Amino acid sequence: MVEKLLKASVSYYLWLLFLCAVICVCGIVYIDQLLNGLGITGMSRDVSWGLYISQFTYFVGVAASAVMLVLPAYFHHYVKFKKMIIFGEFMAVAAVIMCALFIVVDLGQPQRMLNVLLYPTPNSVMFYDMIVLIGYLLLNIVIGWVTLEAELRDAEPPKWIKPLIYLSILWAFSIHTVTAFLYAGIPGRHYWLTAIMAARFLSSAFCSGPAILLLLLFIVRRLTGFDPGRDAIKTLATIITYAMCINVFFYLLELFTAYYSNIPGHMEPITFLFAGHGGHLAWVSYWMWAAVVMAVGCLVILIPPQLRTSRLLPIALIMLVAATWIDKGLGLLIGGFTPNMFEAFTPYMPTFKECMVALGVYAVGALVLSLLWRIALSVKKETHHFSE
Amino acid sequence: MKTSRRHFLKIAGFSAMALASGLAAAGAAEAQIAPGRYVKRDGMLTAKRWAMVIDTRRFRTEADYAPCIEACQKAHNIPDIHDDRNVKWIWTDTFEHVFPDEMNAHLNTATRSKPYLLLCNHCTNPPCVRVCPTQATYKMEDGIVAMDYHRCIGCRFCMAGCPYGARSFNFVDPRNYLSNPVPNPDFPTRMIGVVEKCNFCVERLAEGKLPACVEAARGAILFGDLEDPNSNVRQALAARFSIRRKPSLGTQPGVYYLI
Repeated sequence: MVEKLLKASVSYYLWLLFLCAVICVCGIVYIDQLLNGLGITGMSRDVSWGLYISQFTYFVGVAASAVMLVLPAYFHHYVKFKKMIIFGEFMAVAAVIMCALFIVVDLGQPQRMLNVLLYPTPNSVMFYDMIVLIGYLLLNIVIGWVTLEAELRDAEPPKWIKPLIYLSILWAFSIHTVTAFLYAGIPGRHYWLTAIMAARFLSSAFCSGPAILLLLLFIVRRLTGFDPGRDAIKTLATIITYAMCINVFFYLLELFTAYYSNIPGHMEPITFLFAGHGGHLAWVSYWMWAAVVMAVGCLVILIPPQLRTSRLLPIALIMLVAATWIDKGLGLLIGGFTPNMFEAFTPYMPTFKECMVALGVYAVGALVLSLLWRIALSVKKETHHFSE
Repeated sequence: MKTSRRHFLKIAGFSAMALASGLAAAGAAEAQIAPGRYVKRDGMLTAKRWAMVIDTRRFRTEADYAPCIEACQKAHNIPDIHDDRNVKWIWTDTFEHVFPDEMNAHLNTATRSKPYLLLCNHCTNPPCVRVCPTQATYKMEDGIVAMDYHRCIGCRFCMAGCPYGARSFNFVDPRNYLSNPVPNPDFPTRMIGVVEKCNFCVERLAEGKLPACVEAARGAILFGDLEDPNSNVRQALAARFSIRRKPSLGTQPGVYYLI
């Protein structure tokens, strides 16, 4: 099926070329980091994780979200999703690759990363995170490729793929649960020490991931004419709405526990995120309030069915993705680290170089996604599964 | 033809022999560096569970702590970096920051206004050891939480895990911030991209010496076996009121502060 990549439009190849150029430029910045250390980032002794790990966390969620298509299709036989599933699975592949790269760029000694395999340590959550991510990557590659090949031949997928699909559904929940455990099992970081962390991660993943998928599919529809189907879009938008409502609800639960219990350690990170410290708003506070406005804004559009099915849907999805990204991609790490271990405050802001390295990883993800989706689209076209 | 075949066999035979002996030598070397074996040296200081007791009444100002800090920095070639990426094994901070749980607005001035010494607590239940994905941080039999700088991948999970902020990461090359020659050529310098922290002077204990800070404190810091009821640390703890940092987290710190 790889040969499908050879017959594409000039603009597609230019897009690939553009991505490669971005990867090269950002790769040079990464080489700078390799030679001169993580000193080129905004991280410090007190804020020892930053943009890289937060992006890793966000994209584990994006990867897990494929299950929101697979589960209704295979557990509930909702056939209208079947046309779209391959895009969810391939997006999961791209997202897991990005996760792995974000971990690698965050390591101080990346050439030693195989030590995690050489000295397997079952008491470390990182060990399980590696296992579940590698497993999920393999599952999605195999399932995606085999089902797409079957579609190309106009045949039923082989029987042995079914158990793998069911396994991948359970596996998707595991990857984001384990990622939450990286944070939620640590004593002394008040913002993270909460039993609802994994549930919050999953709810945020199950709205933001499908939202990204839908937005990308809207772009694909514009560019190629591939139509995921009206009903499928409608159902997925409903799933996104429920997940976002639960996500906001879970965050409100955090607020209640922190402020009603009145325990300073629990209140401090949230107060810092929204109100800053010492009478001054932190830069992240503006982002957090923007996230609040966008979270409310997207729900205002998503909840009434008339608006959800209207032309406003993409705007709601963009706001949703931005709000969840700020919550998980900025707030989570800054809220966890800036009120530091000495009950003092150490500010953090990613540097330009740090953002460039992260952008490079984004570009790799986009490249993988572009290649895989191109193959999927060609198959859809050949088998006349392109429009309704 | 015949001679050339014999020649070939001869070379092949020698090669096989050389290869086999080489493998054997490599195997022997491997056996020598097999992991997980301790050899107790003659004259080394031993304990079931090392612990430290800091008599805070004998330290009033930063200057009182300076010799201890300096002794540690010299013994361990700690780089002199002056920003928030500094490497700290032992340092001082205010009561409010060291014991946030003990803070109240009307704490007596003498206690509140003094600096306090901070270092790795060598916890009985160390979160850093629990989270390390490569066992680069590990607990020794005598309670010391030690590190293998050559195994550390620099993921900094331990820094997120440590509730005491006892760990430092080499964001920049530490060797650029050291004098040449280094203060203590017998102790290794670290490389960029690994985490490090206080090691309770495990290398000095092996030579029968007390930790550098303890030696420099002239009796104001005690170091001994917490499991031995007759040890200096146990007697001091039995006689005086002591506190530890963040005891509610269940890590069981091995550093006690006499107030």
